[in-house]
Amino acid sequence: MARAVTPKRKAITTALAWAAGLVIFFPILWTILTSFKTEAQAISDPPVFLFFDWTLENYGIVQERSDYMRFLWNSVVISLGSTLLGVAIAVPAAWSMAFVPSKRTKDILLWMLSTKMLPAVGVLYPIYLLFIRFGLLDSRAGLVVVIMLINLPIIVWMLYTYFREIPGEILEAARMDGATLKEEILYVLTPMAVPGIASTVLLNVILAWNEAFWTLNLTAAKAAPLTAFIASYSSPEGLFYAKLSAASTMAIAPILVLGWFSQKQLVRGLTFGAVK
Amino acid sequence: MYAKHALRAAMACFLTVAGIAQADVITIATVNNGDMIRMQGLTSDFTEKTGHQVEWVTLEENVLRQRVTTDITTRGGQFDIMTIGMYETPIWGANGWLVPLDDLPAAYDADDILPAMRDGLSHDGTLYAAPFYGESSMIMYRTDLFKQAGLTMPEAPTWDFVAEAARQLTDKDNEVYGICLRGKAGWGENMAFLTAMGNSFGARWFDEDWKAQFDSDAWKETLSFYLDLMNDAGPPGASNNGFNENLSLFQQGKCAMWIDATVAASFVTNPADSTVADHVGFALAPDDGKGKRGNWLWAWALGIPAGTQKEAAAKAFIEWATSKDYLALVAEKEGWANVPPGTRASLYANPEYEKVPFAAMTLKSIETADPLHPTVDPVPYVGVQFVAIPEFAGIATEVGQEFSAALAGQQSADEALQKAQALTTDAMEAAGY
Repeated sequence: MARAVTPKRKAITTALAWAAGLVIFFPILWTILTSFKTEAQAISDPPVFLFFDWTLENYGIVQERSDYMRFLWNSVVISLGSTLLGVAIAVPAAWSMAFVPSKRTKDILLWMLSTKMLPAVGVLYPIYLLFIRFGLLDSRAGLVVVIMLINLPIIVWMLYTYFREIPGEILEAARMDGATLKEEILYVLTPMAVPGIASTVLLNVILAWNEAFWTLNLTAAKAAPLTAFIASYSSPEGLFYAKLSAASTMAIAPILVLGWFSQKQLVRGLTFGAVK
Repeated sequence: MYAKHALRAAMACFLTVAGIAQADVITIATVNNGDMIRMQGLTSDFTEKTGHQVEWVTLEENVLRQRVTTDITTRGGQFDIMTIGMYETPIWGANGWLVPLDDLPAAYDADDILPAMRDGLSHDGTLYAAPFYGESSMIMYRTDLFKQAGLTMPEAPTWDFVAEAARQLTDKDNEVYGICLRGKAGWGENMAFLTAMGNSFGARWFDEDWKAQFDSDAWKETLSFYLDLMNDAGPPGASNNGFNENLSLFQQGKCAMWIDATVAASFVTNPADSTVADHVGFALAPDDGKGKRGNWLWAWALGIPAGTQKEAAAKAFIEWATSKDYLALVAEKEGWANVPPGTRASLYANPEYEKVPFAAMTLKSIETADPLHPTVDPVPYVGVQFVAIPEFAGIATEVGQEFSAALAGQQSADEALQKAQALTTDAMEAAGY
């Protein structure tokens, strides 16, 4: 039975939760605020918080200098493409691992995860040479494949965890009713695992959106996504913090909005099966 | 018969015209700084003149370096022009990775390029990248604070004068510090400054047999002088300060002196960003009476990777962007103060440009830096604030971390120098020197 929660206790918990949230969100908030300052206000000491002359000048300059829509479109294609392709491969893989495990399933899962332990730069040259050979440099298709491969272990792991929560007997029943393997996965398993799949998709879209090693190193002018857009405003010789903040705000805005609207789904998916 | 000839002639004419009119799209990788961004804005002038289109890839300096290095070593062919610095150019030129620029037309007037810039961007006398903008380092100081204290900054001060003035001008209660210098670790951050400073104290990275020299008295003197000065007269937390942090401090009136890139002069004298714009004077970087000054030399230059399919268009762009006409074009559209500095002698002979307050001192600073003979004692390497060998960036960043830790008070100058000597010796041995 749940303990009675006193109003005082509730207030403290709420205040603590808000404080923690604010601390985590503060760097993003500061970036957004800085994007509305002049360059001089951006570096002023002591820093100005809310009371300054708000200006849209930085957004104007960024808009004038860069083709934001092209970077945005590349980000959308790469993050969605890689995630959907990854899910299409991971659903059958996770199904076999969850429902027909073999002696080596655990080892395979661990081995898949171990690929995430290698620093990306270690395989930069082999991948770069492969990309030259296949003509994939500076192409969205190439990036979709690479980002998918990088995130695939996470997708498989997440789906595997969700699938394990689904009783195998339900699938057995479907088989008894004459469902083929394809029908079993598509019409029985997938609908039951929708919250899990949805949160996997969301998390991986965010991961792919923020991926900044491969997207910078394998692109030039055509396929460069928003990570390259931000990198073009960073400078060790010159104080362009306000413009950099404006570019960052523009780059994170779409994913921030997506995260905001889907947070319920995300939390539900991430805690799926946590309470039995 | 005649008809056949006429047809051939017509065909030849057509092909020639088609050849001239063939328009390429070239891809240029560049860094994010004011001069480069201005160039992007003026690209339409190049397209009008030649018909070639330009696609820009602008990246932060360190990201760009990794990106173009990957591409050129694998012959990825992603870029037709790369913006590279004085560090990469001689190394890449020696490796045959860059198209030599020794056939530029007479109208381009390659002899007009400042000799220090030419030397730093050449290998064995062949130019491999054309300088787009060049810089040295110099002292920027607050004329009002100097006047109040009854001090006069000589045009060519010594380190002793600078240190004494810095200590005298420090007013920690009012957050005014005598001198702001780089402390953040990195081969292009604190080590650029300290290597150049070391040159003026008679220090050098290697002797003629490529043996590390951090156990020398000259390095001990350099580092001790720097640490004492920064502890007495530098801002708090200086071990985290790079160019941008010091620029910010100087613009807010917290530094009486700042020794850094000449390009900073245009920032600190700009009233829109700087609170001290009207009170900034310039002087040569200090010396220690040994015949070398503590200033560096750097250029961002445009080079063509060997193997590009669009070499002709790329060369046409370099001729346009680093020409005298381009300087005039920027002057006309944005004013003389915004012209990319430090590349051509003719710019400094221009009476209009002489009116720019920092022009003369920038030129003098560049002229006092000699990339071929950077140190008091002879060295086997090229480069003023760096050593133009591929291993340098990695080694110097590690040495920079030791020196930065010494500035933060985590270790003594002797400890930092011992570690620097050991790690440099190890790395050079491993590299086969």
